[in-house]
Amino acid sequence: MRTSQKMTEKAEKLIIRLQEVTRIYKVGVEHIHALDGINLELGENEYVAVMGASGSGKSTLMNVLGCLDRATSGCYELDGQDTTKMSDATLARIRNERIGFVFQSFELLGQLSALKNVEMPLIYSQNGWWSRHMRAKNVLERVGLGDRIKHKPNQLSGGEKQRVAIARALVCNPSILLADEPTGNLDSKTSEGILDLFDQLYREGQTIIIVTHEEHVALHARRTIHMRDGRIYSDLPRDQDPAYNTTMQEDAREEPE
Amino acid sequence: MRAIIRMLAAFLRLFYQSVYLALGQIWTNKTRSILTTIGIVIGVASVTAVIAALTGLKAKVLNQVESFGTNTIFIFPTQPDKGPMRHASWWTIRFLPEHFDDILEHCPSVERFSRIAGVGRYTAHYREKSAENVEVMGIEPAYHEIQNRPVSLGRKISVIDNMQVRPVCLIDPKLRDELRLDRDCIGQTIRIGHHTFRIVGVIERQPELQLGESGQERYEVFIPFRTTFKMGKPWIMAFAASKGTEVTEEAQAEISFFLRRTRNIKPGEPDTFRVESVKRFMDTFNSIALMVTLVAGGVVGISLLVGGVGIMNIMLVSVSERTREIGLRKAVGAKKSAILTQFLIEAVVLCFIGGLVGVGIGQCLTMIISGINPVLDMVYIPAWAILLSFSFAGSVGIFFGMFPAIKAARLDPIEALRHE
Repeated sequence: MRTSQKMTEKAEKLIIRLQEVTRIYKVGVEHIHALDGINLELGENEYVAVMGASGSGKSTLMNVLGCLDRATSGCYELDGQDTTKMSDATLARIRNERIGFVFQSFELLGQLSALKNVEMPLIYSQNGWWSRHMRAKNVLERVGLGDRIKHKPNQLSGGEKQRVAIARALVCNPSILLADEPTGNLDSKTSEGILDLFDQLYREGQTIIIVTHEEHVALHARRTIHMRDGRIYSDLPRDQDPAYNTTMQEDAREEPE
Repeated sequence: MRAIIRMLAAFLRLFYQSVYLALGQIWTNKTRSILTTIGIVIGVASVTAVIAALTGLKAKVLNQVESFGTNTIFIFPTQPDKGPMRHASWWTIRFLPEHFDDILEHCPSVERFSRIAGVGRYTAHYREKSAENVEVMGIEPAYHEIQNRPVSLGRKISVIDNMQVRPVCLIDPKLRDELRLDRDCIGQTIRIGHHTFRIVGVIERQPELQLGESGQERYEVFIPFRTTFKMGKPWIMAFAASKGTEVTEEAQAEISFFLRRTRNIKPGEPDTFRVESVKRFMDTFNSIALMVTLVAGGVVGISLLVGGVGIMNIMLVSVSERTREIGLRKAVGAKKSAILTQFLIEAVVLCFIGGLVGVGIGQCLTMIISGINPVLDMVYIPAWAILLSFSFAGSVGIFFGMFPAIKAARLDPIEALRHE
């Protein structure tokens, strides 16, 4: 097992700190350790990919990070606040204000327009009608859908749907953007468009965590965490990741031709 | 204070949002929503129609009673429930004219008094014209005031008419027209049965309360009380008026006491007559109306219950269909209370729409009822019935919407988002 290495040069302010976090499911008499002692620190404006085979605990980690699930033991601090002792209602507010979710299957509401879909999280926070409208419109313009705000999901392409979903995740100005296989339902060309959008958001200062099992998706991140059996197996910045270096070498070799 | 206002504002926003979402959802599933609310629609429509019909009938009856005068007391013979007179023939227990002699002196709470003698139905003749179904009644002068039946032409039956047993009569305008008498028919003579009567006045017809039964035309002829004995053996009753509504019961007791003495009923033996007031009659009517209302209420309650179960069923379907949506809403920060409110309000809005349509249909039914039966022309839906219907529909929505809403609020967001 490789030693984990922290990205300290960029992390002036910690957004996420996990200390010995476990998540244990009881299935009958069996105890399944979905997370088995996770230690993780994440600073502002990081771009992290979480990789691992299915069953490695990456989805559980995602749920815990997104405050949808609670750690069985250990401590999870988000923006310096310990979330393990918070009530359900407080967690709902945290999800609303601090976390933006992007799902593999978009999860847009079919009967609502793109704009209304993006406005949806703002319904649950203290926002007036006009500020809701303007914020949703601005964020849709930011993801490049300024001309599509009145369209219903079934009038949009897959890539556009995911852009609406990303806009919805961003509309509350979250501390972290959590994307679970965001390109899983898209063809490779559309995927690149979405990943370019993530790159652009990262450059604009957004903290992003992508859960994926695809190598080429993970290569867009600046830091890659590999998980296995509920533990962090490796945690490396991109330039130390063997997969990245291999690709870079291949590119370098191809270039002179 | 500001915190309270903020909370209130947040709640109002949530409420408005929920109503908006609910209307959108109902609009998306139009057919399903219509089918679901039919139970509520029928329940509310029938409750408003029944209440409207009863209210109309009541107004009509009250109107009628007011034309009688609320002080009116009816006195008539009847077999007692127990004792040896239980199976007595009508003839043995009949009133005799002398039973009532000097009644006014002995009953201080009684203002007016009139004996009535019914001699049955006859055929009236004038020249070659005739009219069947003529009800002949013998009256005393006070009858006009007690029953509020003034004469529109000529004069009333007087004390002298009675004392001298004059062959005079009052007729109603319909009979005058039927027999082709002159418009001013005073002084003309008509033949009733084998007797000849001189017309002295035209009496106003009573506003009639004929429920559905139109049948044959009925005419009325009034003759002096004592004159009836020349025509046969009359059936005697009496009308009285008390000195005021508050002494009506007093007057009834006095009359009862007086008649027991004149009819030689021994102490302990039951009355062989009844002394009833309009008030009592109204009480009876009211209790019948209440019973009808209760029965109708029960039927409506069952209908609303069935409607409510329908609502619950459709809301459960809606919750399981929209599990992913609920998961998503929770993921983006909807609290349990927000999800609960959303589904609860959807159920209530569904019920309110049902109530609205129901009141509309109830109004149509009411108009149809009053169109079919002219007696119920005073039928209308009172405001309280509409309020009642709506609050019923709303409670059904809350009651039957609660379980699906709780189910939705309790969903685990991770599970919900994984739901197929």
